[in-house]
Amino acid sequence: MKTNVDEILKSVPVSKINLTAKDFKSDVDVRWCAGCGSYAILSQSQKVMPDIGIPKEKVTFISGIGCSGRFPYYMDVYGFHAIHGRALAIATGLKISRPDLSVWVATGDGDCMSIGGNHMIHACRRNIDINVLMFNNEVYSLTKGQYSPTSRIGQVTKSSPLGALDDPFNPITLALGSGATFVARGFDRDTKMMNHLFKRAQKHKGVSFVEVYTNCIIYNNKAFDEFTSKDTRKEHTVNLEHGQPLVFGNDHDKGIKLDGFKPTVVSLSNGEYGTSDLLIHDEKDSTLALILARMADNPELPRPMGVFQSVERPSYDEKVEWQINNEIDKKGEGDVETLLRGEEYWQVD
Amino acid sequence: MDVNKTINKTENAVVRFAGDSGDGMQLSGTFFANVVASQGIKINTFPDYPSEVRAPEGTLYGVSAFQVNIGTSNIHTPGDKIDVLVAMNASSLKVNLPRVKKGGILIVNKAGFNDKNLKLAQMEESPLDSDALKDYRLFSFDITRQVKEILAGSGLSPKDIERTKNIFALGITYWLFDIPLQQAFRWIEKKFAKKKDLLAANLRVLEAGWHFAEDQENFAPQLAIAPAEQQSGYYRNITGNHAVALGLVAAAKKAKLPLFLGSYPITPASEILQYISGYKQYGVKHLQAEDEIGGITSAIGAAFGGSLAATTTSGPGLSLKIEAIGLAIITELPLVIVNVQRAGPSTGLPTKPEQSDLLQALHGRHGEAPLPVIAAASSTDCFHMTIEAARIALKYMTPVILLTDGYLAQGAEPWRVPSLDELPKLNVDFATDAQEFNPYRRDPETLARLWAIPGMKGMEHRIGGLEKQDVTGNVSHDPENHQKMVELRQQKIDNISKDIPPAIIEGHQSGKLLIIGWGSTYGAIKTAFDDLQKDGLSISYLHLRHLNPLPANLGEILHQFDNILVPEMNMGQLKMLLQAKYLLPILGYNKVKGQPFKAEEIKAKIKEILTTEV
Repeated sequence: MKTNVDEILKSVPVSKINLTAKDFKSDVDVRWCAGCGSYAILSQSQKVMPDIGIPKEKVTFISGIGCSGRFPYYMDVYGFHAIHGRALAIATGLKISRPDLSVWVATGDGDCMSIGGNHMIHACRRNIDINVLMFNNEVYSLTKGQYSPTSRIGQVTKSSPLGALDDPFNPITLALGSGATFVARGFDRDTKMMNHLFKRAQKHKGVSFVEVYTNCIIYNNKAFDEFTSKDTRKEHTVNLEHGQPLVFGNDHDKGIKLDGFKPTVVSLSNGEYGTSDLLIHDEKDSTLALILARMADNPELPRPMGVFQSVERPSYDEKVEWQINNEIDKKGEGDVETLLRGEEYWQVD
Repeated sequence: MDVNKTINKTENAVVRFAGDSGDGMQLSGTFFANVVASQGIKINTFPDYPSEVRAPEGTLYGVSAFQVNIGTSNIHTPGDKIDVLVAMNASSLKVNLPRVKKGGILIVNKAGFNDKNLKLAQMEESPLDSDALKDYRLFSFDITRQVKEILAGSGLSPKDIERTKNIFALGITYWLFDIPLQQAFRWIEKKFAKKKDLLAANLRVLEAGWHFAEDQENFAPQLAIAPAEQQSGYYRNITGNHAVALGLVAAAKKAKLPLFLGSYPITPASEILQYISGYKQYGVKHLQAEDEIGGITSAIGAAFGGSLAATTTSGPGLSLKIEAIGLAIITELPLVIVNVQRAGPSTGLPTKPEQSDLLQALHGRHGEAPLPVIAAASSTDCFHMTIEAARIALKYMTPVILLTDGYLAQGAEPWRVPSLDELPKLNVDFATDAQEFNPYRRDPETLARLWAIPGMKGMEHRIGGLEKQDVTGNVSHDPENHQKMVELRQQKIDNISKDIPPAIIEGHQSGKLLIIGWGSTYGAIKTAFDDLQKDGLSISYLHLRHLNPLPANLGEILHQFDNILVPEMNMGQLKMLLQAKYLLPILGYNKVKGQPFKAEEIKAKIKEILTTEV
C-alpha cells in the first residue's frame, strides 16, 4: 500500500553510516547535575550509534518525564520528549506505524514502573521491537527527592522521612514476568558493559529492556556503590555470560552453584568446588533468568549484571505487517470505494 | 382468501420489534429496515437493548427492541410514537406499550404470555384476555406453534425451530407494509449462508409468515409507503460508528497516508475499533492499547511518524486522554480524536446518549490548550465529519475532537455512498528541504508548523511537551516566547473559522425565534421545524457542525432574532458558550434522560416560546 510516507522517504538520500559518536551529539547543552550517572549512559548511547549500522535519521529516542526525559534533546537523532510515563506507548505507536525506524526509549524508575507501569508491562507482553533504557536511580530526582517504586524499604527521602514502607519492584523480574524477550542490567560506571548491552538490545528483534543502575549524586548518592565502586564491585556482582559459569570475586575465587532452584555462593579456592560445579548461564532459559533475577532478594548473593535472558519470539510490529500482507495476499489490496459501498448496497438510477 | 384486501397509503410509520434479548429482535429489525430501504423508502433506525450481556430470560430488564421509522419524506429520527409494535412476550409488550400510539397495531406472540412470562413481567393477568389493550388494534397469534408446525420434520432441534419465530413475525410485518419478499430472501441467504439447514428453515418460515398474514380474515389492512425521491447512486444503511470507521479509511486514502488507530474498548465507541481492526486488506494499522492513555499516546507516536493517526473513545475515556491531548497540541501533531458521547458523569449510563462532553472537549485541559471541535449531525454525517476532522488536523497540524454520541453511533439511516472523487482533497506537505528546516517554522497562512517525519536526512529534531522556542523548536523558558507561542497556538485555531462553511439559516433570515442545534439533536429539531413550518409558524433553524471555532458569521446572525433557543442533551453547555461569546440571552431546553429529544417535545417547547416570549 503506497502512501506519501513511502514516497517521501524514497525521495531523499539515506545518510552514510560511517559516523562517529560526535555526529550524534546535539548542540544542546547537557543540563544534568555534575557527576550524574546519566552522562555515562548518554555517552555510551552516542558511541554505540555509529556501530549499529542504522542511518542516524532512522533513529528515534522517546522519553517521558524525569531526569531521563531530557535524554532525547542531547542526541542528534529524531526525538520526542513526551509526558510522564507514556514514552513506551508513544514508541509502540511509532514502531507499529514505522517499522523501518530504530526506536529507543529513555525512561526512569518512576516514569517506567510507576506512572508508566501499565505501558511497560504491555510493551513487554507484546514484544514490540523497541529498546528500553531504564535509568534506575531508586528515587524521584527531578521532583527533588521523593521515593520511587524501586526505592528500598526504609529509604529516607523527602516523602518518606521515617523511611519508605513500600516493597520495591525488582525491575528485572517485572520485565521477565511481563514477557520481555531481552532483559539485561548494567550500571553507569561499567561503560564497556553498557556498550555491549546497548548493541545487543538494538540487535535483538523484539522488546529489549535494559536496566541501568544510575547514580543520583544529589538525592540518592552512592545507592549502588556496593555494586559499582571499583573496591567492592567484584565481590558484589557477577557478570552473566552465555555458556559460561558464574564466577566472581576479587580473585575469581567464588562461584554460583544451584542448590535445587536456589543459587548459593561456593568458594573455588578450597578445592571443594571447581568451575564445572557452577551454574552455567543460558540466556535462552527463561526459568534460569527468573532465578538469576531473584538473586537480588538475597543480600548474601552477588548482583548479576549482563543479559539475563535473550529469547526469540515474533515481535508485535512484525506480526502486524505479517497480518496485513497475509490478508492482501489472500484478498488483494483493498479497494476503498468497494469498502464504502459494503456488501449490502442498492442502486438508485 | 379475500383478494380484494385494501391497501392504505401512508406517509410514514414507526415500527418497533420487541422481545426477549435472545429472541433475535435486533436481527428482525435490521432485516426489516434494510429491505424497506432498498425499496427506496427512507428509514431511520435505533436499537435499544439492555446493557447486560445476556439479561435473564423473559424479564422486564431483558427486553430488547429495534425501532424503525419508515416514510417517504422527513425521516430524520427513529420516530417518537410507535404505529406498529411487534412483541414476542409479556415483558416486551409491557415495556413498550406506553410508546405505542392509541389505535396503533400490536402484533403479539400469544405463546409469550404463559404464566411464567406473566410472572416475570409482573402482570396479574394476561392483557390478551382482558380489555387492557382495548385502545389498540391487537392481533395475537401463537407464532411459536406456527413455526413448530412449519418446521416439524425439518431435522432442526426444538430450540433452533423456536428461534425462527422472529423471522415469522418479520414475514407478517413485510406483508403488512406490502414489501415483496425477494429482497428479504437475499438478506436471509447472506445471513445464513454458512448454515444451510437454518437457511432453508428461515426462508420457509419467512414466506409462511407472509402468507399467514395474508390469510388472516381480520388482520389490519396493508399499508403502502411510496418511495422517496432520491439522487442516483449507490446506497447502503450505515450506523454512526461504522461511518466513522469508513471515514477514517477514506480520509487516509485521500491524504495518501497510512492510517493508525490507537484505541481501547469502551461503550458505545468500541465498534469503531472493531470495524477498523478488520480493514487489514486496506493496509490499516491499529493497536488495541492497554488503556485509554495508551490509545491516544500510541496514536501520537504514529502521528510523529507520519500516519493519519486517530483515537476513538467515549466520555470517561476522553477524560483519561486529556493530558495527552495537551501534548498533541503543544507538539502540533495532527490527530483525530472521536468521542462517542454517553450519559455521565463517571460510568453514568454507558449505553445511553448525552451531549454533556462539549465543555470537556472545548476546555477540559490544563494550560491554554485550544483545539478544533466539530460534531456530526446524523449517522451518515459521521462519515463526512470524520473526513472534516482529518482535513483540519492535517492542514493545521493540530488534534481535532469529533463529537458524536451513542444515539448516532448505533442509529442507522440510508447513505448515498460517495465516490472518492466527490470527497474533499486532503493535501499533506511533509517537510523536504533540510537546508531551510526548522521544526517550528510555520506556514504564514495556516500557521501550521512543518511536519518532518523520522527518516528524513538532515531534519533530525526534537519535539516534546516542554515549551519550545518559536521557529527553532529548542526548549525555551523565555517569558516573551511563552506568551508568543500561546498566542500563536490560539491564533492558529481561531483562523480556522475562515476555512469552514458559514452558518446557514433554514427558514427566515431574521425574526422572532431561531433554534440552534448541534450534534445528534438535528433529527428531532429538523422534524419539529419542518412540521411547524408546514403549519405556518415563522421560525428559523441553524445547525452547528463546527463548535470551535464557530462559523465567522454566527454573531451577526444571532443579532437578527428576538429569541434564540438551544435544545441540547445537557444542562446548557452550548447555551453557555454562545452567551459568553456573544453576550446575548439565550433560552435553553435541556434534556438529560439518556434519551434523545422527541420531535413532539421540541415542537411543544417552540410553541411555548412563541406564545410567551415577545
